[in-house]
Amino acid sequence: MDLVVSLALQILYGIANLALISLGLAIIFGMMRVINLAHGEFLMLGGYTVVIATNNGVNIWIAMLVLAPLVVGVIGVVVERLLIRWLYGRMIDTLLATWGLSLLFIGLVTSIFGASTATTISPPLGVITIGAYTSSGYEMFLIVVTVLLLVAVYATLKLTTLGLVARGTMQNAEMSSALGVSTSRIYMITFGLGAAVTGLAGGLLAPITGILPTIGAVYIAKAFITVISGGMAILAGTATASVLLGGVNGIVAFLTGPTIGEVALLVTAIILLRLMPRGITGTLFRKSL
Amino acid sequence: MRLSRDFRGTLIVAFCGLAFTLVAPEVLEFFTIITLSQVIGLAILALSLALVWGFGGILCFGQTAFFGLGAYAYAVTATNIGGSTGAILMAILVAAAFAAILGYFIFYGRVSDVYLAIITLTVALILYSLTRRTSGPEYKIGNALLGGFNGTAAPPLNLPGDAGTVLFPEDTFYVAMIVLILAYVFCCWLVRTHFGRVCIAIRENETRAELLAYDIRLYKLGIFTIGAALAGLGGVFFCVGVSRVTPDVFSLSQAAVAIIWVIVGGRGTLIGPILATFALHYLTASLGSQALLNANLVLGIVLIVFVLLVPKGVVPSIIDLADIRRQRRVARSRERRLRLRRTRNGSESAGVAE
Repeated sequence: MDLVVSLALQILYGIANLALISLGLAIIFGMMRVINLAHGEFLMLGGYTVVIATNNGVNIWIAMLVLAPLVVGVIGVVVERLLIRWLYGRMIDTLLATWGLSLLFIGLVTSIFGASTATTISPPLGVITIGAYTSSGYEMFLIVVTVLLLVAVYATLKLTTLGLVARGTMQNAEMSSALGVSTSRIYMITFGLGAAVTGLAGGLLAPITGILPTIGAVYIAKAFITVISGGMAILAGTATASVLLGGVNGIVAFLTGPTIGEVALLVTAIILLRLMPRGITGTLFRKSL
Repeated sequence: MRLSRDFRGTLIVAFCGLAFTLVAPEVLEFFTIITLSQVIGLAILALSLALVWGFGGILCFGQTAFFGLGAYAYAVTATNIGGSTGAILMAILVAAAFAAILGYFIFYGRVSDVYLAIITLTVALILYSLTRRTSGPEYKIGNALLGGFNGTAAPPLNLPGDAGTVLFPEDTFYVAMIVLILAYVFCCWLVRTHFGRVCIAIRENETRAELLAYDIRLYKLGIFTIGAALAGLGGVFFCVGVSRVTPDVFSLSQAAVAIIWVIVGGRGTLIGPILATFALHYLTASLGSQALLNANLVLGIVLIVFVLLVPKGVVPSIIDLADIRRQRRVARSRERRLRLRRTRNGSESAGVAE
């Protein structure tokens, strides 16, 4: 029984982890049809913000929950104004330009902070005991945060005026601009929010994974696969794809080890895309958000 | 007429390459020659991407997956059987087979190009994290330890059928260079065959090609597989040049530089990406020797600048420029001839009138 609970928590954490690292990417992709290849570097910048802030005496919770999203959100807005906005509608060029941006960030951070980090921060919560097994309290915290984050994004999209306008722009940009909405501003805000969510995720994961200038590459493959398997709907897509892929990964990894687990994740995603080329929400739950 | 003129260009390029092959060991330092063998491997990778992306219209961000698989397949096979000839064939075969399987899912699932880019990139990145995890002694194929982060040793080339006679670095350079030239001529020939022209048609307009009863899935799968086989061949020469193969062949930055070579050299040409490989490799190598500017930083800026300002790439831009100048010249001379004829006609008619 203890084993089952412990394993279930482990798989749940895997799912939450996938959802957490993909949500920002999904917001930007679902809203703007821009695949941000610098997504991993946004996560990395969130992590750096937390580490530098805590090393300078800021409370770790404030650093993770306030500073990281704020800093990366501002960076996102700057990037959108300087680079992305020239490339709307040229999807392949946005891919290439954000890839250039990704290299640029890696190079910048390496030049400023060096290729490795001397100081790391430890997860702030202790362990939880389940019978004979222990589980990290911080991982439980991350599961809760992920659920709250999904709820918050849902509430923003469904209940606020900004969410309404943003959804309208997402469905038909020309029509909403004809109704007096500044689509350019909506895109800027969306990109900033996506970056902020990504920064938050990067900050929250920093105590677990540690940080390096190249840490983005660790997340980016999984984040892309999750978002693409999920399809256009931001929340339903991310959630269903995370559950499916995270579940497969967790179960296979438990049975055979982490290496085969990742292969299983990839194979599942490729077969899924053979069956549903437009992602899960392209076929199922089409009306969802 | 047009065809033969195009092919003459190919042959001229091939002869320039041949001349470089003969002259280079006389002029350049020994160390540079050894480095060049690696760069030639990378140039074959760039050529394969130029074929798949520039002519097939398939945006394959993870071309390095096949490149790396080729390198690993060569290293493992050569370590096990002790000769390099079979190992090279094995490398090409593994890369092509992997691409055929992956391509089946992608093209027959009708995955659109942006998704395709991300899927191929993800495959390369997953291979990266997989090979990095293979550090224990239990991860071996035959006699070859995969070696995780440190990678595995790649045996040098040897004469076909005679595993004892190992080629010197200079000979490896000759072989690599000739393979590059042959691969280039092969690609130039391929894009002018019926198959190649259908691929270009599909690149231009998928729906129209399909309405003309071409099975676009099959053609795309074909050119994708051929490109992957070439990339695998490139991987062989790269790992022979380095004499090791590490998981870094699958890394994000390796995938990025391959894309950058093609962007800078120009989509739709074959020689552009090859030249860009040599030029940019020279640039990053000289950047690597100083600490002020990080190589990633510079490559990132190069990529952004090219996407925003020179989206066609260097070689097509030069060709366009030359075309515009030639058209102007032709227009000018035609105008001059017309004027001449008019004045002559004028004087003749004047003579009749008298």
